Amino acid sequence: MNAHLQPSGSAYFLAAETQVPERHTLSVLVDNEPGILARIVGLFAARGYNIDSLTVSETEHEKGLSRITVVTVATPKVLTQIKLQLERLIPVHRVHDLTSEGKSLERELALIKVGGSGEPRAEALRLADAFRAQIVDATTESFVFEVTGKPSKIDSFIALMMPLGLIEVVRTGLAAISRGPEGM
Amino acid sequence: MAEQMTGAEMVIQALVDNGVEHIFGYPGGAALPIYDAMFQQDKVQHILVRHEQGATHMAEGYARSTGKVGVVLVTSGPGATNAVTGLTDALMDSIPLVCITAQVPTTLIGSDAFQECDTVGITRSCTKHNYLVKSVNDLSRVMHEAFHIANSGRPGPVLVDIPKDVQFALGTYLGIDEVGASRHKSYHPATSGDSKAIEAAVDMMLKAERPIFYTGGGIINSGPEASEKLRELAELTGFPVTSTLMGLGAFPGSNPQWMGMLGMHGTYEANMAMHDCDLMINIGARFDDRITGRIDAFSPGSTKIHVDIDPSSIGKNVRTDLAIVGDCGAVLEEMVRLWRSKTNQPRTEAIAPWWEEIKGWRARNSLGFKNSDTTIKPQYAIQRLYEATKGREVYITTEVGQHQMWAAQHFPFEMPNRWMTSGGLGTMGYGLPAAVGVQVAHPDALVIDIAGEASVQMTMQELSTAVQYRLPIKVFILNNERMGMVRQWQDLLHGGRYAHSYSESLPDFVKLAEAYGGKGIRCDDPAKLDAAIQEMLDYDGPVLFDCLVEKHENCLPMIPSGKPHNEMILPDFEDDIGAVIDEKGRQLV
Ligand SMILES: Cc1ncc(C[n+]2csc(CCOP(=O)(O)OP(=O)(O)O)c2C)c(N)n1
Ligand SMILES: [Mg+2]
Repeated sequence: MNAHLQPSGSAYFLAAETQVPERHTLSVLVDNEPGILARIVGLFAARGYNIDSLTVSETEHEKGLSRITVVTVATPKVLTQIKLQLERLIPVHRVHDLTSEGKSLERELALIKVGGSGEPRAEALRLADAFRAQIVDATTESFVFEVTGKPSKIDSFIALMMPLGLIEVVRTGLAAISRGPEGM
Repeated sequence: MAEQMTGAEMVIQALVDNGVEHIFGYPGGAALPIYDAMFQQDKVQHILVRHEQGATHMAEGYARSTGKVGVVLVTSGPGATNAVTGLTDALMDSIPLVCITAQVPTTLIGSDAFQECDTVGITRSCTKHNYLVKSVNDLSRVMHEAFHIANSGRPGPVLVDIPKDVQFALGTYLGIDEVGASRHKSYHPATSGDSKAIEAAVDMMLKAERPIFYTGGGIINSGPEASEKLRELAELTGFPVTSTLMGLGAFPGSNPQWMGMLGMHGTYEANMAMHDCDLMINIGARFDDRITGRIDAFSPGSTKIHVDIDPSSIGKNVRTDLAIVGDCGAVLEEMVRLWRSKTNQPRTEAIAPWWEEIKGWRARNSLGFKNSDTTIKPQYAIQRLYEATKGREVYITTEVGQHQMWAAQHFPFEMPNRWMTSGGLGTMGYGLPAAVGVQVAHPDALVIDIAGEASVQMTMQELSTAVQYRLPIKVFILNNERMGMVRQWQDLLHGGRYAHSYSESLPDFVKLAEAYGGKGIRCDDPAKLDAAIQEMLDYDGPVLFDCLVEKHENCLPMIPSGKPHNEMILPDFEDDIGAVIDEKGRQLV
């Protein structure tokens, strides 16, 4: 029926990888209890899965639920395994692959510290305006901008700030949710 | 009824409420309140082990031979770390355990206190789930939940870490019914299996011309009814049945449809049938690498049905065409029902040519070996052991190595739960304590550990436990004075350079047995073997049987690393096994 030329953890696997890795965003609904993050991260580490970004926060206090958003890069077969292995963890309620389930919204927040004076400082301000970045702290020789949006937008803003005196950046990691009326 | 009691008393009460009669443990400072509570009751019997690893394997043997949860109690720090091997073993082989570890008081956690270790951190990846109980009022719920999780879905070990102050604290005990639904509303393992998928499977089976049932430990875990259903389905369909190491006993070894074990040291007929089948029906097995051999050449022409209670097992190693997530017993029952409703005939005629082919493979007699009048061949020793114990209520445990594979090949089973071995982890030292655990559960049965002289020394001290509790286990050591399996691989892969695979300075096992208070028997003569085995069986107490066997016997047949199923080394290939594997294969395990 099939050639079985798939990657595998088997010690016998000799054939080369044929599937191409893809970047996917997973949303994981979990009981908010001690050690839950260690379980998730430990699973990724133990099974050799990648984590590009990870965010965790309690989302429904009364029910004690947290939502974890993980961005990972893996082949379709490994992605299926990641989802199934996550679902094996006792405190995990559901795992949604937002990327493969179609349209989803992805947002990130970054705080960006930029130093300088004179023309570069003015240029940084103009760009911040264009990106709808807020100024959340200012001194005579620095700003801290707050910028929200898709990760790609934040990437571009950071790239533009680089020559204008970028000092440091902190990013929240991704928050993602599906479009439309359905919830997890 | 909700009752006030200490945490330590709650532990005992929860054990009683969950039907626990025996626990295997070892005390220490942090566990003393629980031990004190244990002392003041007589519902739960505690078996004092000699090493915490022994306790975990005893609990595994107990669980595997009864279908109940095995329970372990150990102290903090070294008590907990010593339990790690057994927990990992139980996780790999899906054995239900509850392991209670004591912890330093909550106020000291994180301070590197005496005998503190991060037990939940260390055991997170070797348990199905674990808990650190920080409040006494959570304790009864956690205990009940631990039993539920350990024994439902795909079974596995669950650990409950209880700080000493929580053991002393007074709180409210809730019974199983009072705690209501488990806190983890997220945990609801599948049971019945999708009926449409099962029907599709039966339709495939009705068209198959070269079918095979590939069965595994999931059938044992599902309970004896699942084995009954497998037997029924095999009879209804007329299909051949093979099994993994973990599934032995689910199908009777004496049945003409039995093909023997499959995999690396499986029979030629089982592996050839797996390779050439047109329909593979995997029930409760996981396409482990010892089974598949080279994945890209694994059963290239077959449609694959996979029944497993753990969805993550499906499609992990091998792509399947039809997945059924459910309990093996329930799915088998439904298959039987559907087969009956669709036809009442086995596919005798349609699969007759297939059976002809199988007959040809069987004729190769892949388990054959050259016997000798002067030295005891290990295979012969197992055959004689089998003959001497046939018809009795016998339970076999093993260590890990050649002797384990020979036992699987040459000691057939008629019933499930009679065979305990460390499959997934391959833990040397499993068999002796596992036999102790089995004997605790079945005091009147004959319990034999088929052992290797190297493995058995890893947990030998548990013989002392057997003596203390008058558990008449028989340890049948196939003593080749080698780590035989390692030696075989060194012949296979490393030009016969036997780096550290000798068993040097071996103890005198007869004297050792006597030193422990058991009986020692030695035999090196094939002509005297039967009488010596009889002497062992007649002795009412623990026996170490030092069976001196051929030192250079290879365990065959064998699928060497990197080879597909249809390229096995058969027993008539005695010459140079070192020439079989190519450079790439050498890198594999
Ligand atoms: C704890 C542990 N350490 C190492 C191994 C690797 N290993 C597998 S079989 C084996 C040799 C076993 O020797 P013995 O018990 O004498 O059995 P034999 O193969 O000779 O029958 C070893 C070292 C293992 N499986 N488990
Ligand atoms: Mg040996």
